[in-house]
Amino acid sequence: MASAEPYSAPSLLPPRRRRRGRRSSLRSWRLRDQAVFVLAWTVGIGLFAVVAALVGFFAVRGAQYLRPDLLVTHPAPSVSQAGSGGFLDAIEGTVLLGVIGLLIAAPIGVTTAVWVVEYGRPRWLSRIVESTVEMIAGTPDIVLAIFGLALFELGVFAPLSYSEPGGAFGRSFLTAGAMMSLVALPSVYVATRNGLVATPRQLREASYALGKTRIATIRRVVLPGIRRDIATGSTLGLGRIIGDTAIVILVLGATLRIDTQSSTPLLGLLRGTGSTLTSYIYGNSPAGEGGAPQKASAAAALLLLIIIGLNWGVGRIGRIGGPPLHEPKRRLGA
Amino acid sequence: MSARERLANARSGKLRPAARQSSENVALPIDNLELTADLMSVTPEKADSTTQVAGTAAHGRERLRLDDVSVFYGNTPAVKNVSLSISHGEVLALIGPSGCGKTTLLRTLNRLTELTPNASHSGQILLDGDEIDELVDTDLRSRISMVFQQPNPFPMSIFDNVGFALREQSRRRPRRPELEPLVNQALQRAGLYEEVRGDLGRSALRLSGGQQQRLCIARAIAQKPEILLMDEPCSALDPRSTAVIEDLIGQLSKDLTIVIVTHNLQQARRIADRVAFMYLGDLVEIGETEQIFTAPREQQTREYIAGVFG
Ligand SMILES: Nc1ncnc2c1ncn2[C@@H]1O[C@H](COP(=O)(O)OP(=O)(O)OP(=O)(O)O)[C@@H](O)[C@H]1O
Ligand SMILES: [Mg+2]
Repeated sequence: MASAEPYSAPSLLPPRRRRRGRRSSLRSWRLRDQAVFVLAWTVGIGLFAVVAALVGFFAVRGAQYLRPDLLVTHPAPSVSQAGSGGFLDAIEGTVLLGVIGLLIAAPIGVTTAVWVVEYGRPRWLSRIVESTVEMIAGTPDIVLAIFGLALFELGVFAPLSYSEPGGAFGRSFLTAGAMMSLVALPSVYVATRNGLVATPRQLREASYALGKTRIATIRRVVLPGIRRDIATGSTLGLGRIIGDTAIVILVLGATLRIDTQSSTPLLGLLRGTGSTLTSYIYGNSPAGEGGAPQKASAAAALLLLIIIGLNWGVGRIGRIGGPPLHEPKRRLGA
Repeated sequence: MSARERLANARSGKLRPAARQSSENVALPIDNLELTADLMSVTPEKADSTTQVAGTAAHGRERLRLDDVSVFYGNTPAVKNVSLSISHGEVLALIGPSGCGKTTLLRTLNRLTELTPNASHSGQILLDGDEIDELVDTDLRSRISMVFQQPNPFPMSIFDNVGFALREQSRRRPRRPELEPLVNQALQRAGLYEEVRGDLGRSALRLSGGQQQRLCIARAIAQKPEILLMDEPCSALDPRSTAVIEDLIGQLSKDLTIVIVTHNLQQARRIADRVAFMYLGDLVEIGETEQIFTAPREQQTREYIAGVFG
């Protein structure tokens, strides 16, 4: 059979598929379009080079100085690098502060956005809320930090931090977390608001047409529909908290170790002071006391790694599945 | 033909209105017996159209009554002085050129127009004798359900889409095991169950357009509404899905009142018991389907139907 049909052999291979159709070549473009095209590439490559240099620098430093034992040893007060321990407390502080800040910022940001977009009455109040959030986003963190310290030193906030009869110390994970929530709030708010605005009217109407109340529609249809936006906004907010230094130094106290403030386990920790990776880097860099520049480099490499991880996470959140939400649950063995 | 046979025929959707019309005119006591409702759809009293006043129902008990209803967007009327009544178990088709107010009228019936900021209406709309504005909006809308022109499934699983309608407002309860029979039943009635039974946890957004629309119908009928409003439910669908949905409407009309907007006159003729023709916000004519298509009283109706038919 095959001999009767000498050309049948190639047909065993699947036909070559074209991934793209033919396109007009760059040559046929107008000069201005060509120039913009070249410029776009140049800028893109230039930016990439800068980031690559940054990452490369800290990759080398990290490989040089970032040893596993640094991650699990407490820092110690010592002038020599050999005796100053690791930065376990800074890692713990970073995580704790991020969690506290986000726990406050996420519900407030989401609720505010829901109120502004879905209710927004009276109008003037919703405008004020909008511009307030914009202002928080534009306020330098050092300004927030000074304000936070002044605020939490007031007697009424004494339970939040170490305090004596005279007044409150104002510095603790709780007070710094509260200020950090302001740093994360705009990201959460903006992402949620954009998601709400982009939610098609038809989706809400479908819910109303089933006899659902507005609140049920928001909770069960609209918010689940934008959970991806909320997650993205929260992750970005977390990144901003982790990257902040001023609030840590002023309001968290930037103590070398986490100092708990009472014997009650959790409360003591929350009312205690501590440091984060950023303040650790600052403190040990040549700009600070300059005690341990190598460890500062190691901590910076770790911080960069975390930030890259978060960005990767944001990208993942944005890309989950084709149509948004509710992926089929893969059942093992099924 | 025995009642059982007729029922079977009607269930399988074989009996089209043309066939229904030829069947003998039997007077039946109208009540909620399921059998009666089934027979009703096979033997509508269409023959005695002489005793019908335009705008009154051919079928059983009156469910919905519109008295001099006008709907405005700002100060512009979109629906003008419409009066009609719709009775239990009938399929009423709203036809008319684009922009004549069909959607507006439909959305007024379940008070969805209220959600449009500058919309208002005058006149009376009575559901079983109750002014609809006096009813709680959420109650009204669970009694008068709606299917939209574009399929609009929620971004959730197939199961949750249908289950959402059955859950009490924002509560999670009742839980899945209690919902399951009801959800399956709704999916079966909407003719979707066989296609999706394997994985009800799949995202509804991954269904095809026709499947999504049937899902929306399942969702709309899950809580057993009394009246189903359908706004061009087949306009985004291929002929095959359209046929499936038309069959479905035939089945559903046994125990539901259906008001359907359609641009497809053949479709109106196939599925409707009565047809209402609207033009520039006016209800020009309402009558038995065959009368509208074969002997329209109004000039405008005649032109519209003739124009579309060629
Ligand atoms: N939200 C709105 N605001 C203002 N005017 C509107 C609004 N919705 C509809 N209209 C106007 O009301 C009139 C009737 O619109 P409607 O959507 O009810 O028409 P329709 O008969 O459903 O048309 P189609 O067949 O194209 O769907 C139109 O003139 C339209 O411009
Ligand atoms: Mg319309």
